[in-house]
Amino acid sequence: MAVLRKKEKKETPRISMSSLPDVIFLLIFFFMVSTTMRQVDLLVRFTLPVASEAQKLEKKSLVSYIQIGPPTDVRRYGTTPRIQLNDAFRGMGDIGAFVVSEKEKLGEVRGHYLSVSLKADANLHMGIISDVKTELRRAGQNKLIYAAEIYAKH
Amino acid sequence: MANKRDLPPINAGALADISFLLLIFFLVTTTMVSDRGLSRILPPWEEEKNEMDVKERNVLSVFINLRNEIMVGGERMELTELKDRAKIFIQNRYDDPNLPEKEITEIELIGEFPVSSGIVSVLSDRGTSYGMYIAVQNELTRAFNEIRDEVSFRFFGRPYTDPGLTNAQRIAVQQAVPLKISEAEQRDMAGGQ
Repeated sequence: MAVLRKKEKKETPRISMSSLPDVIFLLIFFFMVSTTMRQVDLLVRFTLPVASEAQKLEKKSLVSYIQIGPPTDVRRYGTTPRIQLNDAFRGMGDIGAFVVSEKEKLGEVRGHYLSVSLKADANLHMGIISDVKTELRRAGQNKLIYAAEIYAKH
Repeated sequence: MANKRDLPPINAGALADISFLLLIFFLVTTTMVSDRGLSRILPPWEEEKNEMDVKERNVLSVFINLRNEIMVGGERMELTELKDRAKIFIQNRYDDPNLPEKEITEIELIGEFPVSSGIVSVLSDRGTSYGMYIAVQNELTRAFNEIRDEVSFRFFGRPYTDPGLTNAQRIAVQQAVPLKISEAEQRDMAGGQ
């Protein structure tokens, strides 16, 4: 025993830390590539409905979002569900103009491929949803995606 | 040459700290959620409503009332039964005259295939909850996806969602089993008459 301990004490090598930054850099690159910064501040709160068949959105650059739900700032805006387009509350009548401007942003050719993703709270009534759908149809927007989760969040 | 001898080793210990800081920044700001959803095509807008001429046998009407109860083709149904009911309707395996017609269509890679003319029409009340509406849409999508899986397996030996399926094959399956869910216009049916 005594012999063993003596040997250990003599030969503890210093761990080389020089490869640690490399490992961390690798991790950073991973997160940098996979990250998507949130573009808009949410003014409305929503729990997306659950749908097991929900598919991943392809070509996110061609997707515009409409958020509907009760405002996050209850004290200032109350609890009536509101529509958020880009970064402000908008009314039902602004949806047409929103679709047109989103199509313009994409350009003439790609504008035809615009999809609108509806991020709406699962507890809403269908009234407001179908009004939005009517507005989209009026604006000539036919691709609609009901945003959903594939499993329930707790 | 003398310089080379004097060069002190660069202390790389701090590099790890900086990297850690960056790492933590990205860890915090990252959102890994990939957006998902059910995609649908809305019908074009028409100023005047013109009633479409569709044979009764080709339509399966699904109505959800404001108490989130489902009525399918005139009878009450639970959500769990909906998928199988929709599948029976779309497939019409035994050529029942009360179920949808089939149109023999020439499809690339598949050949002649009896494509169902059935349309599932979803109607909801203004008071129906959006969550329930999506649940119904999901069940219907599931019915179509399962049939697509069957067709895909029969002709190409793998399910519809298999990444090994080529794009052309996927399109062929889509043509054989078109997703016909009508985004019917909303009617205000207080109480669901």
